[in-house]
Amino acid sequence: MANAGERAAIRVRDLVVGFDDHVVLDGLSLDVERGEILGLVGGSGSGKSVLLRTIIGLLPKRQGSIEVLGVDRDRASEAERRAIERRWGVLFQQGALFSSLTALQNVQFPMREYLDLSDRLLQEIALAKLEMVGLDASDGAKLPAELSGGMTKRVALARALALDPEIVFLDEPTSGLDPIAAGDFDELIKTLQQTLGLTVFMVTHDLDSLSTVCDRVAALADGKVIAVGPVSTLAQSLHPWMRAYFAGRRARTRAGEPSHLPTRTS
Amino acid sequence: MSLQPQLSTAVNEGRLELTASGSWTADHARALEPLIDTVARQGEQARPATIDMRNVSEFDTYGAWLLERLTREWSARGKELRVQALPERYRGLFEELHHANREAPRRPGGESRLLLALEAVGRAVTELGRDLLVFVNMLGALGQAVTNVLLRPQTFRITSAVHHLDRVGWQAVPIILLITFLIGGIISQQGFFHFRKFGADEYVVDMVGILVLREIGVLIVAIMVAGRSGSSYTAELGSMKMREEIDALRTMGFDPVEVLILPRVLALVCALPLLTFLGSMAALYGGGLVAWLYGDMSPEIFVTRLREAISVTHFKVGIIKAPFMALAIGVVACSEGLRVKGSAESLGLQTTTSVVKSIFLVIVLDGLFAIFFASIGM
Repeated sequence: MANAGERAAIRVRDLVVGFDDHVVLDGLSLDVERGEILGLVGGSGSGKSVLLRTIIGLLPKRQGSIEVLGVDRDRASEAERRAIERRWGVLFQQGALFSSLTALQNVQFPMREYLDLSDRLLQEIALAKLEMVGLDASDGAKLPAELSGGMTKRVALARALALDPEIVFLDEPTSGLDPIAAGDFDELIKTLQQTLGLTVFMVTHDLDSLSTVCDRVAALADGKVIAVGPVSTLAQSLHPWMRAYFAGRRARTRAGEPSHLPTRTS
Repeated sequence: MSLQPQLSTAVNEGRLELTASGSWTADHARALEPLIDTVARQGEQARPATIDMRNVSEFDTYGAWLLERLTREWSARGKELRVQALPERYRGLFEELHHANREAPRRPGGESRLLLALEAVGRAVTELGRDLLVFVNMLGALGQAVTNVLLRPQTFRITSAVHHLDRVGWQAVPIILLITFLIGGIISQQGFFHFRKFGADEYVVDMVGILVLREIGVLIVAIMVAGRSGSSYTAELGSMKMREEIDALRTMGFDPVEVLILPRVLALVCALPLLTFLGSMAALYGGGLVAWLYGDMSPEIFVTRLREAISVTHFKVGIIKAPFMALAIGVVACSEGLRVKGSAESLGLQTTTSVVKSIFLVIVLDGLFAIFFASIGM
């Protein structure tokens, strides 16, 4: 019985979010299944980040309900809410690393806060996390200001994964990375998702990420989810924004179909 | 669902057989670690062992790492610990942690305490030298910017200068008036309280007048401005530096000193004498009011006595110092702002440094001016 409610990791119903007289999300509903990677796409300003920030409780909603791991924040007690926050990790667009702590201390921060660990274990686990995201011990001693963009994202991912969360929210994980680094990062997310059995909710602009990483894609336009499904089915959609997105020059170039640019000679 | 982790041991045909159960997760890591360490110590007889993971209900990075740690204890002694029946879904995670923590982290070298202390002193001295250099550098850059503006007056950012004059001058008036009024009143009250013992009541007016016009007025105002406007200059420029706005200006061919710093410093240089004047008047007013209410000296007598006691020279001595102090505050505030690095901590540090340094410089300047005016007989 509990399983039916627990099956969806995130369940959003009729969500309305707005600022002053500007409604950003208007009656949005969306389910994220356990263990899947869901990509959220949409034009700039369509409310992708707003949806993400509302789900994790950083923005207030006007109407609707949000359940994360079967718990509705509105009805949950303070303790339940904290317990839920411990079961998710968030990767912010700019990393949001604490600038006065080293990379390693950033990863240790949630562990210190939530878990009662010996210093030795704290050190070992944090280093292991850094290694899982492809960094090494010498990077751990660096301050965020000394890290490159790609390394910042990796440390931020390690911090998001510090408590072995069940859900990870990623806000444009590959933005600001070069295509190779972005590809590596996608690969990393996929690998970690498989090894750790994560549910991933990912806001992205990156068509490559969508097709290589995401199990399903939700498209956001006019304050609603206009389509959900695997990339291949979404590409068939007739909605004008979706057509422009998937049939645009960049998408076609990627797919190797004929376009205005000579992409390959056969 | 979430059970206490357990690890039971049995010896069978010379092999140590471990059986694990419960939740091997982050929440139970505290309980699990001692179990692992105890078993690791038991293994000192160094016999091969197996660990049965069949009954482990939950398993995450923490559990996987502790299991890995256990297997490493065994391999360090040249024996084998075989992991058996680890559920398929956890196998990838356990494999992943085989590679973790292979390099030992470098420990900071243990240098002698004396050397460290000497190093700190050395660094402080070079830092002092660098501070001086930064100050002179900024002064030079400002001078260059002023020359540029004089040569091409249309490049001067008048709007920005007026905006800053409004912020550091006009908007500072109420608080400056209030503080100096209170200080004037306090000096006067203290004067009456102590001078009355010698029957020297009327000299209180001399003291208030000279002290306020020559020293206190300008000092209090300069210190207030350093805390109020100097800190905001540092924080503004610092956060612009952090967000690469200053680099952006530079790449577009603008000189940040000309665009950002000159209007700010100029606004401060204009505002401080004006605020000093207003502050001195407020302090005299406060002194007079206290003289009337507390010292029973009527306003007429106070004003007449004041006229005899002070001259324009006293006023000049005070007001001449103001623009120089403003320059010192502005230069320190702006150069500290530009020294901010990427982190929020550095922004806070630089802002504090800016206020401390500018107040220090203001007081040093005041001392130098005192010597100067004394030697020219003002």
